Amino acid sequence: MQEYFLGSRSMGGFILAMTMMATYGSASSFIGGPGIAYSTGLGWVLLSMAQLPAGYFVLMVLGKKFAIVSRRYEAITLNDFLKSRYESQWVGILAAISIIIFLFSSIAAQWVGGARLLESLFNITYPIALTIFAFSVMIYVIIGGFRAVALTDTILGSIMFFGTLILLVAVIIAGGGVTNIMEKLIAIDPGLVMPFGADGNLSASYVSSYWILVGVGVVGLPQIAVRAMSHKNSKSMHHAIIISTVFVGIIMLGMHLIGVFARAINPSIAVADSVMPTITMEVLPPFLAGIVLAAPMAAIMSTVNALLIMVSSAVVKDIYLSYFNPQAPDQKVRSISYLVTAILGVIVYLMALSPPDFLIWLNLFSFGGLEAAFIWPVVLGLYWKRGNKYGAISSMIVGVTSYILFHQFYPNAFGMHTVVLPILLSLVTFVIISIVTEKKELLQAVHK
Amino acid sequence: MDKDKFFSNDPRFKVAKKEAWIGVGLVLFNFVWWFAFAYGLGSKSPDEYTYILGFPSWFFYSCIGSLIVMSILVIVVVKYFFKDVPFEEEVQDIQNQSDKKSS
Repeated sequence: MQEYFLGSRSMGGFILAMTMMATYGSASSFIGGPGIAYSTGLGWVLLSMAQLPAGYFVLMVLGKKFAIVSRRYEAITLNDFLKSRYESQWVGILAAISIIIFLFSSIAAQWVGGARLLESLFNITYPIALTIFAFSVMIYVIIGGFRAVALTDTILGSIMFFGTLILLVAVIIAGGGVTNIMEKLIAIDPGLVMPFGADGNLSASYVSSYWILVGVGVVGLPQIAVRAMSHKNSKSMHHAIIISTVFVGIIMLGMHLIGVFARAINPSIAVADSVMPTITMEVLPPFLAGIVLAAPMAAIMSTVNALLIMVSSAVVKDIYLSYFNPQAPDQKVRSISYLVTAILGVIVYLMALSPPDFLIWLNLFSFGGLEAAFIWPVVLGLYWKRGNKYGAISSMIVGVTSYILFHQFYPNAFGMHTVVLPILLSLVTFVIISIVTEKKELLQAVHK
Repeated sequence: MDKDKFFSNDPRFKVAKKEAWIGVGLVLFNFVWWFAFAYGLGSKSPDEYTYILGFPSWFFYSCIGSLIVMSILVIVVVKYFFKDVPFEEEVQDIQNQSDKKSS
């Protein structure tokens, strides 16, 4: 079972970097992101560069301590880690529930992206595209498990990297050079070359708050954290830090720049999510276009696979095995895993049938929710000795509920992304509750 | 108690803690660089922009520049400041190794 969910702890640096990048660089970076960059301009590329720390920060902060203790406890999911750190079943249940809820919207976003891509590639209707996409993903995940995911991630990651480079060069050539492109953009709307975006509504504080959402906050994403358990040794971890920084940076910068440049080449693309496939087919000969468009497909596939496995491991391992049937034989666990994955697939399919226009928001919503739930229990759990289960439980509850409430009633409070306040609130809660309950327990111990 | 396993005097944990702080430092530097160039050079009308390789200078320094600078910094930091430690339970071994080095 460790094999299916974690793929054994033997990944070399290159594979680890690729699989982190492939998980992280998803439909939003290849389809949604360039789409928004197309309508917003260089300001959105600036915002996307907040993702650069994701390449080094996660592996440095979770780093060696996470690797050592997760081995010591034979933890194979983030939940295992949390349960053994806080010695509490409730932490495990809450974690599993947050994973299931939020990764769901994330998976839906990826499926929409994949289907949109097929739609514009083959000129088929959206429901048919979605059906084809759903089938291929399900077959792949059910047969492969994590190991297959990690191995193919390496191939998929390389495709993403080279695809980005090829397309970037082709777009610059098609636009007649960077200087020429900038002139055209200024002629369309000077806001496109300013850091504040075409409508001028990308304020410095809003853009900066993305450093929390897509930069440092990524530490709290279970699908990323689980990667930080799986490297072979510290050498491979060091390699992974370097490779993922350079690759993540180049891909994020490249893809979003392509979105902006596309505006100068073809200013009349209506649906944001189809910017990237449309421009690719416009500037590249069919054969190369096929290879390059494999990049977003690769990103989506690998992300979806990782997420599906996360969710089904949360359901099977953290809920079914922990609370319903701890003695279930391997054979039964296996068939239940398949069943759960298949049911998940059907539900996501139904959700994705009528998708919102900007799939990136759906994806970012789940990013924020997971970060609000996990960032402090993970980080303070690793480095703050006094953090206890009461602190962890209350900070998860406060983080998630305040995130949902802010999202509903007061989005982008104080001009920052919605995720910022819930993360602060859950930090305060974690610290205060841990200290207060610690005193209580000490007092009780004294009275006894 | 379980907690002690998380916070024992394991020398590897010291290494880990130091490297985590290095990570925090890098992010802060990264952010300041990015922010200062983007809004320092970009907060005026596009007519007044200067251009580097075709890009507005705020964009060149803030986005392309930070990618290059951070890549170099990360490589230097990892190569010269990060320590190799075993992840398995072989605490004895590191002590032996460091003994050998010091002798």
